[in-house]
Amino acid sequence: MDQTANQLQDQFQQRIDLEQKIEPRDWMPEKYRQTLIRQISQHAHSEIIGMLPEGNWITRAPSLKRKAILLAKVQDEAGHGLYLYSAAETLGISRDEMYEQLHSGKAKYSSIFNYPTLSWADMGAIGWLVDGAAILNQVPLCRTSFGPYARAMVRVCKEESFHQRQGFECLLQLSRGSEVQRQMCQDAINRWWWPSLMMFGPKDDESPNSKLSMQWKIKRFSNDELRQKFVDMIAEQIKLLNMVLPDPDLTWNEQTKHYDYGAINWEEFKQVIQGNGPCNKERLEARKKAWTNGDWVREAATVHAAKQAKRKSEAQTFSAKETQ
Amino acid sequence: MRLYLQKNHYGDYGDGHAGGLEQDAHQDPQKQWPLWEVFMRSKQGLDHKHAGSLHAVDATMALENARDVYTRRKEGVSIWVVESKHIHASDPNAAAEFFEPANDKIYRHPSFYDLPDSLKHM
Ligand SMILES: [Fe+2]
Ligand SMILES: [Fe+2]
Repeated sequence: MDQTANQLQDQFQQRIDLEQKIEPRDWMPEKYRQTLIRQISQHAHSEIIGMLPEGNWITRAPSLKRKAILLAKVQDEAGHGLYLYSAAETLGISRDEMYEQLHSGKAKYSSIFNYPTLSWADMGAIGWLVDGAAILNQVPLCRTSFGPYARAMVRVCKEESFHQRQGFECLLQLSRGSEVQRQMCQDAINRWWWPSLMMFGPKDDESPNSKLSMQWKIKRFSNDELRQKFVDMIAEQIKLLNMVLPDPDLTWNEQTKHYDYGAINWEEFKQVIQGNGPCNKERLEARKKAWTNGDWVREAATVHAAKQAKRKSEAQTFSAKETQ
Repeated sequence: MRLYLQKNHYGDYGDGHAGGLEQDAHQDPQKQWPLWEVFMRSKQGLDHKHAGSLHAVDATMALENARDVYTRRKEGVSIWVVESKHIHASDPNAAAEFFEPANDKIYRHPSFYDLPDSLKHM
């Protein structure tokens, strides 16, 4: 038996090395399955919780155009949640179990969504920085080794690029506006910059699970690699806004051909992860409330479907009698 | 170590149980809506292709939800939904034997035949 297990393990790794995808019913190490369930469900939760900070501004968008755009974006995030939950379900966990883990606080979601959205400019900063960081994380996941996850990510990535663009455009407009609007823009950037950098996760030497995830090609770039890519990208883009990043240590390094940046406050990151961020409680409460308030809708739908099915079968019996 | 998955969790792979672990749901089973597979025709003239899956209480809701999540950008002109438990699938663990008959029949491919270059229109 152990012999077979080892063989299966070897074959599994070989397939991964050959860039073959693993599908739900293929043999996989239990740890691979568990790692994926955790990662994909966390990702799904982030999409769902991620709707809350932006949903906060839908009714207060400054124009009908901006409102329609924001609504479409938030709707997309709900779709992303669905794609990812479905992918996780293929690994043998039920949707209800995942919800239960989220609602009980057992499951985590991206720390970024525990920050408040204080002004309209935050909608721009989220699209540009938060979705921008998410895209860098997500693009390599389109090639991740687990088939359903990779396919879900292809869909997600197709939809994400509009998110980032609408965010930048929103800030661009503010940056060309009145003094107050310019201040609002800079303030939003100041507040979202550091939390966005934390989205890439702990530093490589403090990221214990990374090695195995790399070997299994669940992960393809390290946290620090992706973070550096993000800094390089944003440090250039911000010039178009005529704004500054809130980091006095940010400088172009001619030797490395990258931007150097200041130290991240990992204590803050730890606190937010542990539930002590500015909005952790509020987000979870809002999510649970939405779920509980939807109870009667789900119940009504179930009853309605049963009624329809009964009517249909009665009509069929009736017409069968007629023709006799 | 668990060698093979005994339960089929995903409609893509069907056979028997619906996805989402209906059987060992610890919540009220009434509340677990069945899983549906969504197939989409992206353009008139093309065939339907698997797009993903979703939970819905019946076929009508499955179609409407599929429209809402999978065609927000005009990705489809026709949708099929089928309850996942109705799909039957070949066994990946037996794939080698199952598909073996095709392995040694290279003469089924046009490139097998070595013909003179002067032969035209073939
Ligand atoms: Fe998303
Ligand atoms: Fe997004």
